Amino acid sequence: MKPTLLVSALALSLGAAPAFAQDRLLNVSYDIARELFEALNPAFAAHWEATTGRTVTIDMSHGGTSRQARAILEGLPADVVTFNQETDIEVLAEAGLVPDNWRDLLPNGASPWYSLPAFLVREGNPKNIQDWADLAREDVAPVFPNPKTSGNARYTYLAAYAYELARNGGDHAGAQEFVAAIFASVPVFDTGGRAATQTFAERNIGDVLVTFEAETGGIAAEYAAQGLQRVTPSQSLFAAFPVAVVAQNAERNGTTEVATAYLEWLYSADAQEIVAQHFYRVTDEGVAARYADSLPALDLVTVDEVFGGWGAIRADHLADGAILDQVFVNQ
Amino acid sequence: MTAANPILLPGQSRHGARVLIGVAVVLSILFIAAPLVFIFARAFAQGWGVYVSNILHPMTLHAIWLTTLVAIIVVPLNVAFGIAAAWAVAKHRFPGRGLLVTMIEIPFSISPIIAGICYLLLYGRQGLLGPWLQANEVQVMFALPGIVLVTMFVTAPFVAREVLPLMQAQGTEQEQAAVTLGANGWQIFRRVTLPNIRWALLYGAVLCTARAVGEFGGVSVVSGNIRGQTNTLPLHVELLFNDLNAVGAFAAASTLTLIAILALFVKAALEGRR
Repeated sequence: MKPTLLVSALALSLGAAPAFAQDRLLNVSYDIARELFEALNPAFAAHWEATTGRTVTIDMSHGGTSRQARAILEGLPADVVTFNQETDIEVLAEAGLVPDNWRDLLPNGASPWYSLPAFLVREGNPKNIQDWADLAREDVAPVFPNPKTSGNARYTYLAAYAYELARNGGDHAGAQEFVAAIFASVPVFDTGGRAATQTFAERNIGDVLVTFEAETGGIAAEYAAQGLQRVTPSQSLFAAFPVAVVAQNAERNGTTEVATAYLEWLYSADAQEIVAQHFYRVTDEGVAARYADSLPALDLVTVDEVFGGWGAIRADHLADGAILDQVFVNQ
Repeated sequence: MTAANPILLPGQSRHGARVLIGVAVVLSILFIAAPLVFIFARAFAQGWGVYVSNILHPMTLHAIWLTTLVAIIVVPLNVAFGIAAAWAVAKHRFPGRGLLVTMIEIPFSISPIIAGICYLLLYGRQGLLGPWLQANEVQVMFALPGIVLVTMFVTAPFVAREVLPLMQAQGTEQEQAAVTLGANGWQIFRRVTLPNIRWALLYGAVLCTARAVGEFGGVSVVSGNIRGQTNTLPLHVELLFNDLNAVGAFAAASTLTLIAILALFVKAALEGRR
């Protein structure tokens, strides 16, 4: 083992040595995007070499995006960020690392793909769970993490709230009762998405797992023997996966050109095809049409439309003693 | 039961011992053996081929190499620090000696994540030394130096804690005898002090290695999690696990477990010689 290890370590350090005409990018990303970028990066490298004749190595850092933003503030030399929370790019913009108008620099609010809270049910869907209303049924036990600690579950909470608001014609008291009814039948609130997945798939607790649609495919594949089935509700909440060049770092590293090209390439049909294979929704209409069977159309609402933006959500819903606390803690 | 019968009959005591041993065995199996077996069961869940390909994945190999490299740097430095600190405290009287003893213990009482954050606040971009480091293009945080610094801090007490009591118990008579025979400082250290503490030193170094290899909390703050560059083995396990690659995560975890078991055997062997 030891000689092999040394040889491979040597090979790795040699491989890491900069070759000529070699570009190098550090993409700091969210925690569950490892496989997605493992598929995307070689495709971009091929594209970059074909168009410019230069080779590019893309280093990846994955972690919770709030922690990642913090690390960049403290000097993690990220050239680009590919996050799953807009607020974490805002933090970088406030520090001057990312331009304030980052949302306008790329199409679709700088979100080359997006996702939405969706369902994963047991084989054959024995409880016939089709929509958010089924989650509030007394005989249905939904599983999702604690919305106080998990960004993923926060989207679940907001999506359920927005669904009921649309159905009852804007009655907030009714929407709060609705989400309280869903919370009441959740058997266990784990702290994060991974733990909730284990509760559902390994400990066999609950009837439906609520998580980002992009994750439902990977979870169903990991626990293939269980025959878990993906279900798309009639309405859900748009979850942006925003990207930006960390302009200050890229300028210093001399990577502005390749960083910008990388993010623009994420909107190309080639990249979007790879992204759709990983169960994300894409902005390219041609690609989206090809994947309409696995990612069916639904009504999508946005945080801005329903809640007036993340600032309002923090104040009205997430602050201590606000609506989330009232429906969640006071059960 | 026994409180009502202060005088234990032989039969009762045997019965009580059996219950206690039974409880100890059951708890050991539940809390120690079962998780260990589970790690390997999950790592091999999809067969040898998948296990080997997960271990040989370049990112896993790099994580193994990085973790080894950190230990290779940290352990000798901490051995030197531990001997120097223990030597100073055990063989000399000086003002602030009590303070030094307390200082050596600090990393034991501070959570590693606090240590990581402290280094970040000192060497980070917004930290005290950050602007100077950045102006001179020195990358401490989110690179190897940061990982080494935090690991050194966390594992600093192990060698000193093992060597110090032994040095204190042995006193300074042998060193004084060596001085009267005309030995210089280095000769005394190499011929007298070092042989006396060698097993405790090795024992401390083994503990230090095991801790350095397994360190997670502090390193996770300063690593930046760059795959193939700053992702240590424990961080790599977490990444794979969060990313639904359970077999990969447990395969990587099994290498950590093997290192830990190996350290345990070395430790047990050394304990007999101490």
